[in-house]
Amino acid sequence: MTKRTEYSHQLDLQHGRVEMAHGGGGKAMAQLIDELFLQAFSNPWLEQMNDQACFNLPPGRVVMATDSHVISPLFFPGGDIGALSVHGTVNDVAMSGAVPKFLSAGFILEEGFALVDLQRIVISMAQAAEVAGVAIVTGDTKVVERGKGDGCFINTTGIGVVPEGLNLSGNRVQPGDKVLLSGTLGDHGVAIMSLREGLTFETSIESDSQALHDLVAAMVTEVPQIHCMRDPTRGGLAATLNEIAQSSGVGVSIYEANMPIKPQVSAACEFLGLDPLYVANEGKLVAFCPAVKAEQLLAVMRQHPQGTEAAIIGEVTADPLKFVQMETVFGGKRMVDWMSAEQLPRIC
Amino acid sequence: MKYVEEYRDGKLAREIAERIRQEAQPTREYNLMEFCGGHTHAIFRYGIPDLLPDNVNMIHGPGCPVCVLPISRLDMAIELAVSHGVILCSYGDMMRVPGSRKRNLLKARAAGADVRMVYSCMDALKLAQDNPDREVVFFAIGFETTTPPTALVIHQAKKLGLTNFTVFCNHVLTPAAISSILDSPEAGELGLLSLDGFVGPAHVSTVIGSQPYERFATDYNKSIVIAGFEPLDLLQAILMLIRQLNDGRAEVENEFSRAVSREGNERAKDIVDKTFAMRDAFEWRGLGLVPHSALKIRPEFSQFDAEIRFPVEYRSSAENSACECGAILHGVKSPRDCTLFGGACTPENPLGPCMVSSEGACAAYYSYGRHQESLINTASVE
Repeated sequence: MTKRTEYSHQLDLQHGRVEMAHGGGGKAMAQLIDELFLQAFSNPWLEQMNDQACFNLPPGRVVMATDSHVISPLFFPGGDIGALSVHGTVNDVAMSGAVPKFLSAGFILEEGFALVDLQRIVISMAQAAEVAGVAIVTGDTKVVERGKGDGCFINTTGIGVVPEGLNLSGNRVQPGDKVLLSGTLGDHGVAIMSLREGLTFETSIESDSQALHDLVAAMVTEVPQIHCMRDPTRGGLAATLNEIAQSSGVGVSIYEANMPIKPQVSAACEFLGLDPLYVANEGKLVAFCPAVKAEQLLAVMRQHPQGTEAAIIGEVTADPLKFVQMETVFGGKRMVDWMSAEQLPRIC
Repeated sequence: MKYVEEYRDGKLAREIAERIRQEAQPTREYNLMEFCGGHTHAIFRYGIPDLLPDNVNMIHGPGCPVCVLPISRLDMAIELAVSHGVILCSYGDMMRVPGSRKRNLLKARAAGADVRMVYSCMDALKLAQDNPDREVVFFAIGFETTTPPTALVIHQAKKLGLTNFTVFCNHVLTPAAISSILDSPEAGELGLLSLDGFVGPAHVSTVIGSQPYERFATDYNKSIVIAGFEPLDLLQAILMLIRQLNDGRAEVENEFSRAVSREGNERAKDIVDKTFAMRDAFEWRGLGLVPHSALKIRPEFSQFDAEIRFPVEYRSSAENSACECGAILHGVKSPRDCTLFGGACTPENPLGPCMVSSEGACAAYYSYGRHQESLINTASVE
């Protein structure tokens, strides 16, 4: 594509840093957009260079979701804030059964942030968007003074279209439904924890950050009767199950023995005093479907590369108290409550 | 996970539970106190109450270091962080514990104090080395398990010649707390607390050994079984206690023999003795002033004592008057006996010590056991 303006010097992506002017609306900002964002995100809608993106959507109900990403560190095993900002919103859109179509991207950059890091993030976003089959069609860049941000924050908003015949919602879950999980719990949270200050432990665990649109498409095509899907991100599986129990006015019973958890994640949680049920995921989904369809759905999930470790982890019960409970490996029962505030490690 | 899953085997657990059901005599009650918060947490996390017969009652003891730290000492830590400009290093689960006027370390941090969460006291020492122009204070809490590492960093700081590192010492002693419970009027003349035996601490006992508990068997006629924190350890210990009681024995037995000896860890005990001296008395949240129940830093290490370096006043603070934590920590009442439980007092808004840490009895009841509360409530309504 052609640039709007010829600049006297090319943006120094190797050694340059974000300056206040990059968010100021002038030539420096135009150059950052031209030489970085437009290069990476290149698509016909963005290239119209309007204040808004103008597009047509295929017929069907339109869904929209937004998500702000403030993760620290920005780069982590298995991903970075760029890819995560695409996956997070794509997954929120896809959980309705929708096919994700378009994304917006809003950047809040801190003065002094290395352009080489920004470039790495932007390229990662572009790649993630391509894999997810979405176009980043509009955006915004702001710069805050040094010390007033944490390098880079990204907000993305996504739009998708729900195919005919699907109706997935948090309030449609019914007693008797089976609960299915697409894979192992806690990978993302533990990968991030392993890098936090003062907490250096070596691990081979990588974040599970990934776009789930294709797995979702396979699932809803085969079993359109699915009542609800969610991606258990912050607050982990425990928060998601409690949300659904509240919205649908049901109880949920899960089985500890069926819970897929990597041994490394289990070990890390053990010595950090964390419970994998409360640890964040960025590439897993939980689905609620009528019991008669559960085995069929499980088979579809397991055939998909993103669902090879899928499992039926529980069932929905009639419970006016809307409790989430877990049958432990011992046969005893315990509550799986909402997490109160941040999960903090225990000392002994 | 090797060496962990072996102690969480569901089939074996059900077998032990079956033996407990067979051997527990239906004509009597078995009132057993698990001293440690770690045990309380494990009991609820693994749903152990569901496996026990109705006449085997687990009573939750005061062995949660976060729960028993008094408001006044927490206020002192907050004061250190807020008024003295230090880097205050704390274990994670102290961060949300409410002090007076609903203050806590997280709120102090939000208001600008430099409070850091550490996983080890060595991290605090490293912060002191990395920030030579800042005062770094390690907020030391815990029972005998966490005391030897604190002693080690004090020695390390001396060896390194650090002048910007101090320790705010709040280490407390397990046997003193057990004595306090057994000597309390509730367990004595009031007769409110019937205690037959104790599940003894796991990690604490790796340091102090099993010997310090022997006087509770000989002098107080109580059965004691030291147990690991894994669910199978707990079930096995409960079975061993039931057998002692059935036989009329009051002994110290060691279920956790893979880690605990009679003498304990001599090197750890030695460095603790060299570094700390006994306090005449120390306030425990819920138990009040308990004689000879806590440690202070010896005068020869006074340059590392935050209480000497920084003028922070000790002001006694009152608990909420409706809070039953005192009776709960004594084993006299259960969380469900408290009118604040689950209403005014929840893990999000804890009023009393037993709700503040996940190892506290109220928090464990609330987070893991509420489905049983609802059964009880439903049953009583019907």
